[in-house]
Amino acid sequence: MTRDEITTGLAEILEEVAGVNPDDVAEGKSFTDDLDVDSLSMVEVVVAAEEKFGVKIPDNEVQNLKTVGDAVSYIAAQS
Amino acid sequence: MSRPDVVVTGLGATTPLGGDVASTWDAMLAGRSGVSALTQEWAEQLPVRIAAQLAVEPSEVLDRVRLRRLDRSEAIALVAAQQAWADAGLAGSGLDGERLAVSVGSGIGGATTLLAQDDILEASGPRRVSPHTIPMLMPNGPAAWVGLELGAKAGVHSVASACATGAEAIALGLDIIRSGRADVVVAGGTEAVIHPLPIAGFSSMRAMSTRNDDPERASRPWDQGRDGFVLGEGAGILVLERAEHAAARGARVYARLAGSGITSDAYDMVQPHAEGEGAIRAIAKAIADADIAKQDIVHVNAHATSTPVGDMLEIGALHKALGDHPVLAATKSMTGHLLGAAGALESIATILAIRDGVVPPTINLDDPDPGLTLEVAAHKARHMEIPAALNNAFGFGGHNVALVFARP
Repeated sequence: MTRDEITTGLAEILEEVAGVNPDDVAEGKSFTDDLDVDSLSMVEVVVAAEEKFGVKIPDNEVQNLKTVGDAVSYIAAQS
Repeated sequence: MSRPDVVVTGLGATTPLGGDVASTWDAMLAGRSGVSALTQEWAEQLPVRIAAQLAVEPSEVLDRVRLRRLDRSEAIALVAAQQAWADAGLAGSGLDGERLAVSVGSGIGGATTLLAQDDILEASGPRRVSPHTIPMLMPNGPAAWVGLELGAKAGVHSVASACATGAEAIALGLDIIRSGRADVVVAGGTEAVIHPLPIAGFSSMRAMSTRNDDPERASRPWDQGRDGFVLGEGAGILVLERAEHAAARGARVYARLAGSGITSDAYDMVQPHAEGEGAIRAIAKAIADADIAKQDIVHVNAHATSTPVGDMLEIGALHKALGDHPVLAATKSMTGHLLGAAGALESIATILAIRDGVVPPTINLDDPDPGLTLEVAAHKARHMEIPAALNNAFGFGGHNVALVFARP
């Protein structure tokens, strides 16, 4: 899976869970500061991403996933 | 310092009869029933397959993402509160949040969330349980969401007294303003538990009507053919305001919330006291608190749920505490029983009855119980001057609440 494909998949999840406009989702964007995803919604995003990409994202990793790019890199490395 | 007067300056509701107060009131005056057959698959196995479901789904008002984190009872409380807030002219008014409180309760709370998330837990394991589960099912959820939405910083309260909840929440709002703790209180009730488990539970108590083949005629307070209540869902919210505060901002005033009476039976968990002793005391306290002559209280929106025992006990209590002159309405004949929202929705009906000079009809009263010795506007609304009116609400646990509203 390419980085773009993962970003697109994350954008779908973010739209479903938090109402984020998919056009706003890019690797440089911060989940909390730029996309306004709060802590409970972030939990939903992580669980949905695990399901969609077939990966495990432990809770202690989630705090390192500040930007969409961080998440893409983590998922790309696991899958 | 003398006790401040408290007035009602805003109303909001979403009910089985309409998505707002105006459509609900129009339907009530026309004598329309909001009860229908439950066509969901899960209803097939139930002894009760009728209910009064919302006329307008919250998804038509609130956006999809917001609804993901709201229990249905929270969503409809928000819908009704937004309406009441705008109706009071307070939207964008810059009201000081430290002078604004919320008092919104629910009889059962987020039960449908609890059950849905338990299904997910069983089927998919704990990691799939929504992180929004707790704020969705906690009983203070509706009040807290309303407080967040409106910026209330003078306290957010969630009364729980079963079917008396909505009325007790309004009584608490009255106390809060009288105490000086807030100038405005957003008060009312919400309920949304049309789900097989609560229906099965009430049904096992033999409290519900089983007139499944004739839904619109199932809720029939005081009629000899009554066989239990019909479950309804909805929310009703009032904006209560210190009268001087309302006058200073030139607010439109619907009515004065003149007094409240709250008692408890200390008799039985679910049976009302055999002589209606607690209800009599609540009504008498409300009248005394309102300091209004009994003859001026010419209309009662009764609790009257369509159960064989409760309906007649209330008639006896009204005779003793108020007299034989009031004209009664049982609007549950049209809305079904909204449990924790009932007292709030019926307060709204009481207020509008005063404003418009009309007692709403009680439908399905075809064959009145011989014990019905007070006048009822059966089938058709009755136009009459209403200087003041009473609303009763009673709940499992022995809760009795009476509210007196009067012309401003």
